[in-house]
Amino acid sequence: MKHRIAQTFQLLKEKHEKALIPYVMAGDPSLRQTEELVLELERNGANLIELGVPFSDPIADGPVIQLAAERALRSGTSLKKILAMVKRLRQKTQIPLILMAYYNTLMAMGEEPFCREAVAVGIDGVIIPDMPPEESKVLSTAATTHGLDVIFLLAPTSTALRKQEVIKRARGFIYYVSLTGITGFPLSNIGKVQTHVRHIQKTAKKPVAVGFGIATPHEAKAVSQFADGVIVGSAIVRQIGAAAQSSHLVKHIGSFIKKLKHAMT
Amino acid sequence: MPHIPDTHGRFGQYGGLYVPEILMPAVLELRNIYASIRKDRQFQKTFLTCLQEYVGRPTPLYFAKNLTKTLGGAKIYLKREDLCHTGAHKINNAVGQALLTQRMKKHRVIAETGAGQHGVAVATVAAKFGLEAEIYMGTEDMERQALNVFRMRLLGAKVTGVNAGSRTLKDAISEAMRDWTTNVRTSHYLLGSVLGPHPYPMMIRDFQSIIGREARKQVWAAEGQLPHLLVACVGGGSNSIGLFYPFLKDSSVKMVGVEAGGLGVKSGKHAARFSGGKPGVLHGTMTYLLQNEHGQVNLTHSVSAGLDYAAVGPEHSMHHDSGRIRYTSATDKEALAGFDLLSQEEGIIPALESAHAVAEVIKLAPTMKKQQILVMNLSGRGDKDVQHIAHMRGTHL
Repeated sequence: MKHRIAQTFQLLKEKHEKALIPYVMAGDPSLRQTEELVLELERNGANLIELGVPFSDPIADGPVIQLAAERALRSGTSLKKILAMVKRLRQKTQIPLILMAYYNTLMAMGEEPFCREAVAVGIDGVIIPDMPPEESKVLSTAATTHGLDVIFLLAPTSTALRKQEVIKRARGFIYYVSLTGITGFPLSNIGKVQTHVRHIQKTAKKPVAVGFGIATPHEAKAVSQFADGVIVGSAIVRQIGAAAQSSHLVKHIGSFIKKLKHAMT
Repeated sequence: MPHIPDTHGRFGQYGGLYVPEILMPAVLELRNIYASIRKDRQFQKTFLTCLQEYVGRPTPLYFAKNLTKTLGGAKIYLKREDLCHTGAHKINNAVGQALLTQRMKKHRVIAETGAGQHGVAVATVAAKFGLEAEIYMGTEDMERQALNVFRMRLLGAKVTGVNAGSRTLKDAISEAMRDWTTNVRTSHYLLGSVLGPHPYPMMIRDFQSIIGREARKQVWAAEGQLPHLLVACVGGGSNSIGLFYPFLKDSSVKMVGVEAGGLGVKSGKHAARFSGGKPGVLHGTMTYLLQNEHGQVNLTHSVSAGLDYAAVGPEHSMHHDSGRIRYTSATDKEALAGFDLLSQEEGIIPALESAHAVAEVIKLAPTMKKQQILVMNLSGRGDKDVQHIAHMRGTHL
């Protein structure tokens, strides 16, 4: 199946639904559990899934995701192993899968081999938090060749000119960072987020998903009133960290996703 | 010759600006403001006056007669950055960026520090220019450099320990970048070395190149000719590029940068990026990086906190590839021998960072002719290391 991301947003739009996009760190606590988690997230209402690629020095992330990356690296996770896991997952699910990876982890594999491999195993998009449009040429060229969506971010600090640049290059959807800060910080002003998102939607004609700081069903509901997608990361990752040893981990996370999705519909 | 770096901050294939979108407007604003300041005579005049009156520049170029005699080769001159106010070259850049912070009308500065020298320099200029300062420092480094932690606090700065990862400079930079991301509207990130996104590597090089400009004049005055060899230690690479930059076009002047060899390059416990690293992206820039096959950044080791970092300034990567600058390393043991030799021969206790340069001088000077001239950058004084070295040698102060 092609263009899973676009199709998913299209189908949701027809149903007047918003996309729930959970983030989990691949390999936290183990890749086997990530594989189960992805299926459980889908069963409980996730529409797209972001898989974090652990990096030793994640500058855009707060402590919750930093610790998850450390756990994932300790469990022996690498980009190659994540891609192998996705290949297995694709036998079982067609949910859009997006990697969130720092540039160095992709560069170590090589930008072109990465894009080729990622598409071959069934990855749909990639988000690179430390790659602004200015530095995207090498990766975007390879991504376009192989049909991988490069999802760019916009922030409250982005100027009008930058918004235009990002809108022009955006594939799949646009990731709006709800706050000036790092992942896992509390969301303060939803009204302001709404103003920004509406403005981007008007010019972009592409779905806009909002992430950073959305932690509760209540917040997910509030953001889903205007955004096309709601990304929840640290709030899930924190619970995975707390329940890592529990045999109910997967079910427990599944029920949290169910609550988020329920609040959004 | 094309302008280096270009407007995207590229030194050949290295450099650039790999930062989150949230920071991009601030980075571009900094680029634009710095571009105007570079040509602004009033700013440059204020900067120079401050370097003269507050930092104590020009620093002497000192002929190390005893060391020269002992090593029995080239005439050894020391560029005495250890005599700068606060005891290291770091203050040159801190003054420049503090003036810039004022120009941007920001009232708070954030900084990282490894050895504590940059942290002390930032705390110092923050006090002088009435800025609020928060310094991030790995908790391992806080132990190694307890004296500097106390100095920063005396100066009124907030020192925040970083417990993540290796608890050294790398993690302090990550934490400072997170603070910057969160407080970008009010705070300036006063980065301490020629690292990070454009324009930092260029701007910090410019501020530090006062070292080489002075040395060039001083060596002409003393010897009536250019030096044959320049030697400096390379952590991020600000003291070395500061000395080297004004000589880059003088093809007769050879240059050696000395990285931290730690327990030896073969041991894997070192910070010799040009021996064990390959190009990668860390903290906003593309450069040589110590990393594993999966792109995870390696832990580094050095007796000197200021050289203990997995990446190197992108401009150095370019000069490494072109061969204009030769890079080598000195082990902990060699650096400690250099530390003792300079202390006892010249009555100058060098910083452990600078002691790596001394170690290379010990190797190279005897191989040179007596009429040849060697200039070593003595980037900082060793008072901060005395406690750590006493501890290593079993004395508790």
